[in-house]
Amino acid sequence: MSEKLALSLGIDIGSTTAKVVLTEGGQVLYERYERHLSQVRQKTLEMLEEMRPQLAGRRFYASVSGSAGLGMAEAAGIPFVQEVYATGEAVRRFEPDTNVVIELGGEDAKVIFFDHGLDERMNGSCAGGTGAFIDQMAVLLNMSVREMDDASLTHERLYPIASRCGVFAKSDIQPLLNQGANKSDVAASIYQAVVNQTIAGLAQGRKIEGKVMFLGGPLYYCKGLRERFQETLGLSDENAVFPEYARFAVALGACIYAEKNGVEFDCDSIVGAIRDSIGKGASGAHRLPPLFETEADYEAFRARHAKASVAERDIASYEGGAWLGIDCGSTTTKLVLISRDKEILYSYYASNQGNPVEIVRAQLSRVYDLCGDRIQICGCAVTGYGEDLIRSAFRCDEGLVETIAHYTAARHFRPDVDFILDIGGQDIKCFKIRGGAIDSIMLNEACSSGCGSFIETFARSMGRTASEFAEHGIRARAPVDLGTRCTVFMNSSVKQSQKDGATIEDISAGLSVSVVRNALYKVIRANSPEELGKNIVVQGGTFLNDAVLRAFEQEMGAEVIRPAIAGLMGAYGAALHAMRHEKSSLISLQELMHFRHDTNSAVCKGCTNHCRLTINIFPDGRRFISGNQCQRGAGGGKNIEELPNLHAFKRDMLSGLRGTPGPRGKIGLPLALGMYELAPLWHAIFTKLGFEVVLSPLSTRKTYEKGQFSIPSDTACYPAKIMHGHIEELISAGVERIFYPCLSYNVDEHASDNHYNCPIVAYYAELLHGNMDSLKQVDFLYPYLCLDSPKQLSDTLGRGLEAHGLHFTKRELREAVDAGFTAYEAWMARIHAEGERALQYAKEHDKRVMILAGRPYHADPEIGHGIDKLAVGLGFVVVSEDSVCQLEPKQSVHVLNQWTYHSRLYRAARYAAEHDGVELVQLVSFGCGLDAITTDEVRAILEDGGKLYTQIKIDEITNLGAVRIRLRSLLGALEERGR
Amino acid sequence: MAQMEKNYIAFTEEMKDTHTILVPTMLPMHFRMIMNVMRTYGYHMELLEKSGPEIAQTGLKYVHNDTCYPAILVIGQFIDALQAGGYDPDKVALILFQTGGGCRASNYISLLRKALAKAGYPQVPVISLSLAGIEDHPGFRLSVGKLKRIMCGVFYGDLLMTLVNQLRPYELHPGEAQKKAEVWTERLGRELGAGGHSGLGALKRNYRRILEDFATVECEARDTVRVGVVGEIFVKYSPLGNNNLEDFLVREGAEVDVPGLLDFCLYCVYNNIMDYKLYRRVRWPAYAAYTLAWKYLLHCKRAMIDEIRKQGRFRAPTPFEETVQLGKDYLNIGAKMGEGWLLTSEMLELARSGAENIVCTQPFGCLPNHICGKGMMKPIKDRNPNVNIVAIDYDAGATRVNQENRLKLMLANARRIKAERESAS
Repeated sequence: MSEKLALSLGIDIGSTTAKVVLTEGGQVLYERYERHLSQVRQKTLEMLEEMRPQLAGRRFYASVSGSAGLGMAEAAGIPFVQEVYATGEAVRRFEPDTNVVIELGGEDAKVIFFDHGLDERMNGSCAGGTGAFIDQMAVLLNMSVREMDDASLTHERLYPIASRCGVFAKSDIQPLLNQGANKSDVAASIYQAVVNQTIAGLAQGRKIEGKVMFLGGPLYYCKGLRERFQETLGLSDENAVFPEYARFAVALGACIYAEKNGVEFDCDSIVGAIRDSIGKGASGAHRLPPLFETEADYEAFRARHAKASVAERDIASYEGGAWLGIDCGSTTTKLVLISRDKEILYSYYASNQGNPVEIVRAQLSRVYDLCGDRIQICGCAVTGYGEDLIRSAFRCDEGLVETIAHYTAARHFRPDVDFILDIGGQDIKCFKIRGGAIDSIMLNEACSSGCGSFIETFARSMGRTASEFAEHGIRARAPVDLGTRCTVFMNSSVKQSQKDGATIEDISAGLSVSVVRNALYKVIRANSPEELGKNIVVQGGTFLNDAVLRAFEQEMGAEVIRPAIAGLMGAYGAALHAMRHEKSSLISLQELMHFRHDTNSAVCKGCTNHCRLTINIFPDGRRFISGNQCQRGAGGGKNIEELPNLHAFKRDMLSGLRGTPGPRGKIGLPLALGMYELAPLWHAIFTKLGFEVVLSPLSTRKTYEKGQFSIPSDTACYPAKIMHGHIEELISAGVERIFYPCLSYNVDEHASDNHYNCPIVAYYAELLHGNMDSLKQVDFLYPYLCLDSPKQLSDTLGRGLEAHGLHFTKRELREAVDAGFTAYEAWMARIHAEGERALQYAKEHDKRVMILAGRPYHADPEIGHGIDKLAVGLGFVVVSEDSVCQLEPKQSVHVLNQWTYHSRLYRAARYAAEHDGVELVQLVSFGCGLDAITTDEVRAILEDGGKLYTQIKIDEITNLGAVRIRLRSLLGALEERGR
Repeated sequence: MAQMEKNYIAFTEEMKDTHTILVPTMLPMHFRMIMNVMRTYGYHMELLEKSGPEIAQTGLKYVHNDTCYPAILVIGQFIDALQAGGYDPDKVALILFQTGGGCRASNYISLLRKALAKAGYPQVPVISLSLAGIEDHPGFRLSVGKLKRIMCGVFYGDLLMTLVNQLRPYELHPGEAQKKAEVWTERLGRELGAGGHSGLGALKRNYRRILEDFATVECEARDTVRVGVVGEIFVKYSPLGNNNLEDFLVREGAEVDVPGLLDFCLYCVYNNIMDYKLYRRVRWPAYAAYTLAWKYLLHCKRAMIDEIRKQGRFRAPTPFEETVQLGKDYLNIGAKMGEGWLLTSEMLELARSGAENIVCTQPFGCLPNHICGKGMMKPIKDRNPNVNIVAIDYDAGATRVNQENRLKLMLANARRIKAERESAS
């Protein structure tokens, strides 16, 4: 081996940026940080050429690191070092007394613990990007990353924003913006979400404390993010280290690794190796056929779709009445003004730039301008996410739910339409039409909502506009196959394809195919055009992209209709709807000139929920309040009719369970998962055995936050993750013991083939025991019990208590267990009786019934997010699955009917299927593997009875906007059917 | 016991002659031998070995996309075979293993039937292969004799897999061990198929012959790190499910250690015994039968271990009685859904036997693994600071680059730990 060289080159290619560092004898000689816009090898070559003066004539060591660097390193034969490992190398050299490193990159988050055995964590494949996420959020706020950062520093309050992944957060942020929340508050809340995500996803039970070093581009650039981290982790200034080389830590680590590895290069050899590698190493990732074989195919396609247009009329030549439709969507605002003959007089389509009120104000004054005295606006209807806000800001005549607006437009267009697919900025909506009424509605789940806005953000990140990007897609020769999961997965698929040398054309076309497949297989879950319908209309801004439209036709093997106004259909439908008005209450030109819009924030004191309200104030003193989960917060709603609500009834019953002081001391029962069902059983047993039973209170967001530090698997369901908080609450309440048993089997109701619990409900106690250090302060009892008979329960319980030094006689145990079962049976009987009373009430008062069906724990106010109250607010009598299932016998289903809770769903669905005026809405927790099986069965049972199936996926999300749309669409469809 | 309602097409006696039974791949060597056994009983069976992205694509079309990845792959493979494999759908039956446990995997059969109906093959019978007797197929009943032969396939398969794994990174002539394993798979398959002995004596004789043969493989010392693989049974074993994990690890300079299929069988049997012991949920005669099976299987495994030790060149697997004990300090053996306590025990067993670097594989969103896999990593690391575990999720949307990046981190640490240890001694 030759003499040791002084120079060492580290190249770090992340998902979005490339970094190079050259060190000489450990000192940094040169460093550079640039975005690579996915042109990894070209950018590296460029950067090497720039540093040629430093390298010329010398030999040096080199290594490559970074998530996007592997392909290049392998193809060019340069040593590769995994990036987290490289970071560790750098920190061990430069700051050896560091306890923890937090490093955020373009799409990765990493935490390294140095004490007690090195432990390195990278974000799970579902826990979206960070740097790229901040970029996306900045785009959403219509700010640069720097502007967003500056704004965040002046924040006054923080909004809760879901922290699981970018898509979830986006669906929280969008409504905040639409409701007029302050941008600096939103910016800081976004950072807080990143912090929470890092802690919840990566700390996994280990405390982040001691000297903590923060690395990576986002933490180097975003002061606001650093502030959030330091505050949340409670770190002193000495212990929060933000080094100058934060962006270069990985590259520095690569330098160190290169020295150790000892592979030598000179400037020409490394440049030559990389240059030769271009195009090599494509691992043959799956490619798809091109969208268009020839230019002629594309022309024919365009000509065919050009036929589906709407008549337009020059506004200057028109006189008389006109109707205005406004569609205030999640990312764009659309306006359409139509004539008496339904021709378009004026239209507008643009991004709402985070401030839809201002856009609509400007547009209204433009419309008034164009109308002059010749045209009178006779009616105005508004739809979309911002419906309520816009409607009250400008006194529109009517608001209607988006689905109905879209159907109205499509029907005008094609009276016999039987299937509509709308892909908008953030949602996919599709509905089947049967007999002139909406028959079934499907909306995408929050986890796959990266539709149109995803393509747009992606286009921007590659330095293209959305339409340029679509143009590229049309010309793709070999579109890449990017998979169909959520955007986060697509991001990393794109990363992989870039590594393999895919062109921007291939990526654009591939994304289009993914969006389409996502809609088809994830939302609609169809496998042939016949299944959808004969007359398919596609719409929504995303279908203006010809690549997406073509991908859809190709995937379905059918030709569809895309109206030329695909992006305006909601607004056009609203305008058509407004035609039922002859005189409009719309704000006048005069008032418009003095229009002002201020927002305030407040906390609702209507109930214990303490919703955070945004109060919009308009010039004439009118107010519009948003952020409220129920009608009470909306002001003056105290006289709302109190309809029966079984979820509330069950919560009240649980809150009423109190302990009585006993000789055996306090025993805590965490009110989560299976405890929601069995609390009365355990309460009675332990009271009888002489314990004072302490039940943890109903959950709030705070409950979750208290326990989030010890969650080892961030993709488990929210009802499980919230359990950690309940344990913490019980410990703070000073109990000596906590009891949460392991139950492979649940109560046998003799209405299923077997009576299992799901694995999470059954064994979550094992996970708590293994991961919650705080449980060491108490005696944690989690025996494996059997509920099949009083004897089996008292035997198993006796053994379980014995093991903790709690001795009882057989007789004591048996009596306690008997008391427990008696209490449990009485409890269920009360729930059943109340369910039947609610059904009776609905019948007598002619109300619709909603079976809000899920698991017992979905009644929790935090897990259920107050959807029950929302439904009551919409005029439904709300019952739960376990309060009506007793009215139907065991169901014959196509799957193994082997879980107690699930068999109730099937029976409740049957009840809905066979009774007029009873609807079933299924609540599904994100990550619930079992519901992938139950949902199809519940749907089949409902459809068998000619009923609509509605599913709501819930997670940490607190925004009820999407849920409202869904429930209102259900109502709208029911009304249409009733007509 | 769980009884599926009888709304399925049974595999009748006549179908034995007319139908070909298609089998999904998981462990090719094991399955090939087992199929040879079944052929002697008059069944026509074929193993589906097609892989590639279209398998998952087909699966996604016909199965709820939130279902676990193994279901998507297995069902995708079946439907793909029916659509593109040239089989006559009126002359084909499918077979799947069904545990009947509390995990949703018990529903693969139902999901497969729904997918078949959706794809236009409602007439295809699906055989549920289950120890729990969830369904009854008159043409496919397993006698004790049949079961014993089937288990021989498992025993031999496990031994061959273990030997190949131990030799592969060091061979002078790369591929030699694998080639030998294939020859033995053929030979043993034929022997079992021709009605050869399945008794303990025959078993031991064959163990010895295999060991002698593999001992002739020429090797050289190479610098490797030992990596154990545990996880959900399908993605743990199936290269289709885990993106050729073993090949990747070997390429990266690892010696791979995968616990055998017999352990999973023992685990299933043991759970039934525990259902009796913990809850008295199983009747005594069934309990006695399970105990008998338990003892028999333990004995067969013990025989294998003895022969390996006697031969002397190879590392013998851990007796299962010990594996059971290992996990008890971490997780109660009542946790029996999915891979349950076995997963935790196997991690500990691997660590104890020197494979401290562990890949824990699971389908994305696997419910039991939240608890028995990811949920047990902290306690395991707390008490065994040198254990280096990485959890890898598999599903149709996860990318290889993401998975390999994590694996590379685990391997980099494995090498660092090894170097530190070597420099210390």
